[in-house]
Amino acid sequence: MNELIYVSHIPLYAVLVSMAAVPLILLSSSKPNLRETWTIIAAVSKFLLVLSLLPGALEGRSAALHLLEISPGIDLALKADPFGVFFALISSGLWIVTSFYSIGYVRGNQEHKQTRYFASFAMCLSATMGIAFSANLLTFIIFYEILTISTYPLVIHKESKEAISAGRQYLLYTLSAGLLLIAGAAFTYLATGTIDFKAGGLFGTVVLSQGAMTALFFLFLGGVGVKAGIMPLHSWLPVAMIAPTPVSALLHAVAVVKSGVFGVIRVVGFVFGPEVMAAYGLNIILAVFAGATILLASFIAFKQDNLKRRLAYSTVGHLSYIVLGAALLSPAGFLGGMLHIATHATMKITLFFCAGAIYVNLHRENISQLNGIAKIMPWTMGAFIVGSLGLAGVPPINGFVSKWFLGMGALQSDQLVVLAIFLISGLLNAGYFFPIVYRAYFMKGEGLEGHGEAPRFMVVPLVITAILSLLLGLCPDLFFHFHELASMVAQSLTGGMLL
Amino acid sequence: MVRNAPALIPVIYLTACLLIALTKIKYRQYAYPMAVAAAALASAVSVGMLVHVVRYGPLHYHFGGWIPPLGIEYSIDHLSGFVAVVINIVATIVLVHSLHVNKIELVRKVVPYYSVAMLLMLGLNGIVITGDFFNLFVFLEIASLASYGLVATGERGSAFAALRYLILGTVGASFYLLGLGFLYINTGSLNMADLALIIPLLQPHNDPAIIIALVFMVVGIAIKMAIFPLHGWLPDAYTLAPSTTSALIAPIGTKVASYILIRALFFVYGANLVSKGIPVLTILGWLSAAGIIYGSILAIAQSELKRMLAYSSVAQVGYIGLGVSMANPLGFIGAVLHVVNHATMKACLFLVAANMRVHMGHSDISRFDSSYRVKMPFTMAAFTVAAISMVGLPPLAGFFSKWYLALATIENSQWIFLGVILVSSLLNAVYFFRVIEKVYMKSPSDKTVNDQHSGGRDDHQAAPEEEAVTFGSGEPGPSMLVPVIIFAVALLLLGIFNAVIVTTLIKPMIPLGL
Amino acid sequence: MEFLLGHYSYFFVFVLLCIGLYAVLFMRNLVKQIIGLNIFQGAIILFWVSCAVKWNATVPIYDPDIGLGSTALYINPLPHTLMLTAIVVGVATTGVAYALLIIIYKHYKTVDEEKLIEEMKRW
Repeated sequence: MNELIYVSHIPLYAVLVSMAAVPLILLSSSKPNLRETWTIIAAVSKFLLVLSLLPGALEGRSAALHLLEISPGIDLALKADPFGVFFALISSGLWIVTSFYSIGYVRGNQEHKQTRYFASFAMCLSATMGIAFSANLLTFIIFYEILTISTYPLVIHKESKEAISAGRQYLLYTLSAGLLLIAGAAFTYLATGTIDFKAGGLFGTVVLSQGAMTALFFLFLGGVGVKAGIMPLHSWLPVAMIAPTPVSALLHAVAVVKSGVFGVIRVVGFVFGPEVMAAYGLNIILAVFAGATILLASFIAFKQDNLKRRLAYSTVGHLSYIVLGAALLSPAGFLGGMLHIATHATMKITLFFCAGAIYVNLHRENISQLNGIAKIMPWTMGAFIVGSLGLAGVPPINGFVSKWFLGMGALQSDQLVVLAIFLISGLLNAGYFFPIVYRAYFMKGEGLEGHGEAPRFMVVPLVITAILSLLLGLCPDLFFHFHELASMVAQSLTGGMLL
Repeated sequence: MVRNAPALIPVIYLTACLLIALTKIKYRQYAYPMAVAAAALASAVSVGMLVHVVRYGPLHYHFGGWIPPLGIEYSIDHLSGFVAVVINIVATIVLVHSLHVNKIELVRKVVPYYSVAMLLMLGLNGIVITGDFFNLFVFLEIASLASYGLVATGERGSAFAALRYLILGTVGASFYLLGLGFLYINTGSLNMADLALIIPLLQPHNDPAIIIALVFMVVGIAIKMAIFPLHGWLPDAYTLAPSTTSALIAPIGTKVASYILIRALFFVYGANLVSKGIPVLTILGWLSAAGIIYGSILAIAQSELKRMLAYSSVAQVGYIGLGVSMANPLGFIGAVLHVVNHATMKACLFLVAANMRVHMGHSDISRFDSSYRVKMPFTMAAFTVAAISMVGLPPLAGFFSKWYLALATIENSQWIFLGVILVSSLLNAVYFFRVIEKVYMKSPSDKTVNDQHSGGRDDHQAAPEEEAVTFGSGEPGPSMLVPVIIFAVALLLLGIFNAVIVTTLIKPMIPLGL
Repeated sequence: MEFLLGHYSYFFVFVLLCIGLYAVLFMRNLVKQIIGLNIFQGAIILFWVSCAVKWNATVPIYDPDIGLGSTALYINPLPHTLMLTAIVVGVATTGVAYALLIIIYKHYKTVDEEKLIEEMKRW
């Protein structure tokens, strides 16, 4: 596969710009407005830098940069290939929105330790860029672990007993995952001599025994599966909802978990490759775990009364959409999975923003308390409707587009069971979101006098993401050419036609 | 000039030792600067020697002009040069830190302390530089006696800890001497390079005398290195010693012993004999793995910071033993890289403990709370960096030693050892994050969070509750703060540039036969 | 039988090693442990020295009657010199050990190892 590579420092700048903001944020802790300005400047510049990589990516060219040799024979190297640019666009773009939302949230809630919050956020996004642009497994692991460490202060932000214990569980899961990933990478390096990501797989002609290959796959699965919320490694996600809502929104709906599924697709498509996966039956293992996760998570979501926990389990389910799409090993499957990274991001972030707005405005976290709030928070609930319809797969919201391709992928691989899983879970999604909408609009609320809509800093971002979901559903290639990028990547992985 | 450089280092330290002892009579305030100057000078010389070795090849110095194997020779190759640089630089920085600490902890014993510390450095450097096994024994005993003395100057109970250390250490050195005796009787030579040539000629796989020699020497070295289960002297000695002693012997004492192990096993006896002929490396591997798990688990159970670090050291030495036992180039690289990584990490951690003892009056973990973060922000930040490195998270130094060790175990298909390495990272995370949680999150008035009553080893009771909790108010002065920060920054640099270290320094030292 | 008689020095050293090690491991009194340590070291020194001996050889001082023709007529002086160093090391170690013991006695008023461990645990 001929890859067009040009040397560019832009990926490095994209990673560094928010890392550079961290000391500035720490130093301006006594001047909140200045501190927030640093965050916004970093977010916007990061997004613009990534945007500048888009034209090259659309032509199939990757910006590459070798930083330094980090281990004899392996470089710390960045490569902004189309998939990386795709992921980077989503996360950096949504960071801008989340930053404004965060400002509204922490000030509206008068949170403590705001400096630590914003500094950790900046570091996380730096790590996410690094993950998006990693050229090989070792660079990926390094940034993956940096992401773990920088998200820890955000998870334990409240510093209550629950938050600290949630932090411990989070660390336990993610550190163990990192160790499995290290073992997998080491094994791959010794077996094949390389750990550079390569579209279609890096195994080449190396053949391992069935047992060894399966064990290796399980190592990787454990490694990326924790962050990707594949059951049974998902338990940290609902527990981590103790974090402030912007954290849940960006990190646990966009950066951390999407890094996980990004890693899954990297492993499936760029390390093992569709041929190797199929030859050893690894895709079946993956599909079983993902399919079970989708169904189980959707069922568990029904039982949750805490709004954020319901959203968390919904996230677990939707992440496995992406994993299942990758497991199909078909062009449309990959396309659908990748599109779902983008679509689920915008929709879920909308829903989490709504949950946070409700919390700051009314201090209510449970669904049973949400009766009648649509009357006083029309914009918030309007956006909520958009988000939940999209997750259920209703056109013209962008969730439908990714679901469509996922379904096509199932048909391309002759997996009708998978198609059925997608359809059933769509219904289940509607099933657990509908009651919330019903309560908000059609049931009588109490204690709502004197309250209005949430602060503007919070409402505007969530309306923006809701509108974005709608627009991207109507025209998937709008602005950022997500569809085009994703289909390029899918084709490079499978070498096949899409439709 | 360069040819005489190897002899320069012992001369520097010996002169410093004697001169410092003399200052007790009149110029007491010169003891500290002289000690630091000696260590700095020795560092410069060792760096110069290493550069020379990297460029031109090994250095040899023949004492008295006698040609080996008749005479004693000092030989610096990549391995000795590397270890010498590490121990001298770490010692210099620790000695810089010791000014204030010793004034408080040692009061009137400061001058003799520095004198004996110079003796310790003399011994350790001598071990690394010498090319003769008996000379190594002599320097080993010099270093050990000095360290017994340094340990004994600590708090209550340190004399007993030092005595137990003495008894065990002497038994170890005596075993080494016994093994050396067997070796000498069979080969007639004590020079390392010479022995490396003679031993293969003696059909060592079947010769009981050589086997016994190997076993006794390894046992003796293992006692000094604190390989499980011969580590019994370490926890008490590190905990009860004064802070500077812990920071001196913990990072470099066991490392020098592991240097002896590597030298004896791979460069003299030969990798072939010790891995395929006699299962010395296999046993070493299993004991190291057991030590890693044992040390990590016991560290979790400790409520005092220095004791926790002591058990952690037992575990970390296990990594080096594990790397050695793999008998492949990657394992060797991992072991030697871990020498420098662990020296830096432990030095940083013990210096942090020293800072806390001096300024907070204790280093009892159950009494840590988040006011420490405000009062000693930079010290705590350095602690966090070192802790993250110990856990093995990139891009800090600790990750890379684990990476190479993991590669080594996979190459040998030793899955249990791989599991041990990975699980121990998690165990490390448990006991370090416990401290980090307390320091960053436990509010000072919260008495309910996981408080266990400790034994209370506070000799210097401050009254923390009444002190003002302002940013940096408890932060020690530059002589104590800067060394800690230097070590923390070094961890980041060692991590990022580890490939440079491996390629230019470690790869050339891999012995034949691996 | 010939084996025993031919190697009697080694057996002697072995017995001494065992006695020394036994004292270090099993004696409660610290003074006895240090004595055991000395015995242990002494055994090793004897071991080294014993290997210097040769049949029909004399002390390694130049004897004009024997001349320098054959080294087999002089015993090996090297182990003796090395052991001089080892003896010195042993003496220094013993000195430090007793110094430590005096400090311990001053503090705790006992040199019994078990009692001392109890004391240490209480802290």
